[in-house]
Amino acid sequence: MIELIVAERCTDCGACIEVCPANVLDPGRDGLPVLARVEDCQTCFLCELYCRADAIYVAPDCDRRVAVSTEDVLASGRLGQYRKHSGWDEWAEQFPNEQWLMENVFRRAGEAAAQAKVTSADVIRTK
Amino acid sequence: MVSSSLEELSLMADVLIVGGGMAGAWAATSAAQAGAKVVLADKGYCGTSGVTAAAGPGHWWVPPDPPAARDTAVASRIAAGLGLGETEWMYRILDQTWRTLPTLARYYKFGVDDEGRVNYRAVRGPEYMRALRQQVLDHGVTILDHSPVLELLARSDGSIGGAGGQRRQVGGRAYRIAAGAVVLAAGGTSFLSHLLGSQTNTGDGYLMAAEAGAEMSGMEFTAAYTIAPAHSTMTRSMAYAFATYYDVDGYELDLPFGPEQTVRLARALQRGPVYCSLDRLPDDIKARLHTISPNVPLVFDRWGIDPYRDRFEVTLHNDGTIRGIGGVRVDDVNGATSVPGLFVAGDNASREKVAGAISGGGNVNSAWALSSGVFAGAAAARVARSTKSRSTELSPLGQAGLRPRGRPKDVDKAAARDGVRAEMHPFDKNLFRTGAGLAASSQTLEGFWNEVANHGQASSIALRETAALLATARWSVATAAVRNESRGLHRREDHPVQDARLAGRLLSGGLDRVWVALDRRSAGVQPGQLKAVS
Repeated sequence: MIELIVAERCTDCGACIEVCPANVLDPGRDGLPVLARVEDCQTCFLCELYCRADAIYVAPDCDRRVAVSTEDVLASGRLGQYRKHSGWDEWAEQFPNEQWLMENVFRRAGEAAAQAKVTSADVIRTK
Repeated sequence: MVSSSLEELSLMADVLIVGGGMAGAWAATSAAQAGAKVVLADKGYCGTSGVTAAAGPGHWWVPPDPPAARDTAVASRIAAGLGLGETEWMYRILDQTWRTLPTLARYYKFGVDDEGRVNYRAVRGPEYMRALRQQVLDHGVTILDHSPVLELLARSDGSIGGAGGQRRQVGGRAYRIAAGAVVLAAGGTSFLSHLLGSQTNTGDGYLMAAEAGAEMSGMEFTAAYTIAPAHSTMTRSMAYAFATYYDVDGYELDLPFGPEQTVRLARALQRGPVYCSLDRLPDDIKARLHTISPNVPLVFDRWGIDPYRDRFEVTLHNDGTIRGIGGVRVDDVNGATSVPGLFVAGDNASREKVAGAISGGGNVNSAWALSSGVFAGAAAARVARSTKSRSTELSPLGQAGLRPRGRPKDVDKAAARDGVRAEMHPFDKNLFRTGAGLAASSQTLEGFWNEVANHGQASSIALRETAALLATARWSVATAAVRNESRGLHRREDHPVQDARLAGRLLSGGLDRVWVALDRRSAGVQPGQLKAVS
């Protein structure tokens, strides 16, 4: 679930409020978006993807809240990781969209599984 | 509805699209291309709402040349569909997907493989939905974001002439849209599992269709599940094609990649925690995982897990009707329902005729979402042209969760929502079904339904969603109880084999009283083999 917005990075552009499909955020009085309904967060990470300021941290935990500090998140270098690896905005040239490889992976897995069946080393109950 | 001091917003359109996911966005584009004035209303934000946006759909994709390739693909799917598929429908969506998807190139940068060929079939969700939103806007469609539709509106002849809802980022302002025709593309439902991107897909489109008089088909096929790291939503399964599984004592489990893997994993999870390693993923894919599916490594990285060395706990999230296949029964491939003026597309529609009795997840459902959107948008535009009246004399059809049958009082929404989860997610209830278990589920769900339908007043969107979840769960359980056999996604522990006499589709519906009946138009159905139940 969304755990924090780093105040010093947020530019108050409002994108996260607009794009959140679960309507988790509200505009705040001091300019910063407010995490108004974290319990509605569906942990889809899309607010992070749309945040050009790399100010949002979504914890992968979807069924429990976790304590997160701004210092730790800033130090982790993980802010903006999703947007970067997706090749959005300024990252377009460095990180190509290789989604097309997906079917290749499934095909190779199918071939490997068929091969394993043929050679059939019994690996059940080996540690 | 949440009371708002703002005056109701009133709009007119030729075609109203309910839902801005993949199917709704294609439907809006198609209707606009046919010359219609289109309004699209989404509960969240068209571009991030729905299960496509956070995932990476691969479309069912077979080039027309050589022609034998499509014949082979369709014949294979007909066989796999165990009697519920329709050949003609499969050819139609293969062809429509092939012709339509490349037209998005102006908005979506399709991948180019190592041999320099453009790959259209596999797209990344966030970019795909962002592209579809832009395409919709460029076609002059009015988008109402954060504007959940709460109910359909009917003309005096019973045909559908619009919908009403609430603008939740505009002070809860009520709105109503009078339209020549309505396309429901509000998605399916995972019954509030943690399937990625599915939390707002609560089956609203099924409930609204039923209130208008439409029926469902294939609701028993909700027993699909997808793997994810425990406590996460990351139901992206590609990397697990190479997974190795272990029990709590560290012994390797025999769960080979293939169609039976999910069921075997569920059985293992019934015995205890299951751990997983992705060490067998080929090195070239490990090196590129973050540029294939950038959200998948986020989970591991933030938890400090190296999925190629460490063993991490996994779970299965229910796919409900999303990777399952039930939904509103479609009368023809254009998405027409049995109710005049009402069309359905995507997961809001039953996908039995294109997927058969097995999951359409991963390819057929995406081709259906695209194609059915295109078909339904165009067909709705045609109906709107011949419906001159944009009557504002419209009757609201919303019942449970909006207008109580009895004395209004506060309803415990959280208990009802937990109740739906508790009947629809556990493996022993929804995956490994028994007649006795289904009867118990039915009784529990009836109790919650009566509470909401009798007393639930128009207080919140969540209560209306709860009614939709309950209605959908009731149809699913009732239909599963009637299908006394095992077929595809539907497994009955007390009827483990297929019964040739049940090689047909089951319809369901009803609000106060749930009914199930055999679809007489199914292939392979003989009359008199199933009594309607209520």
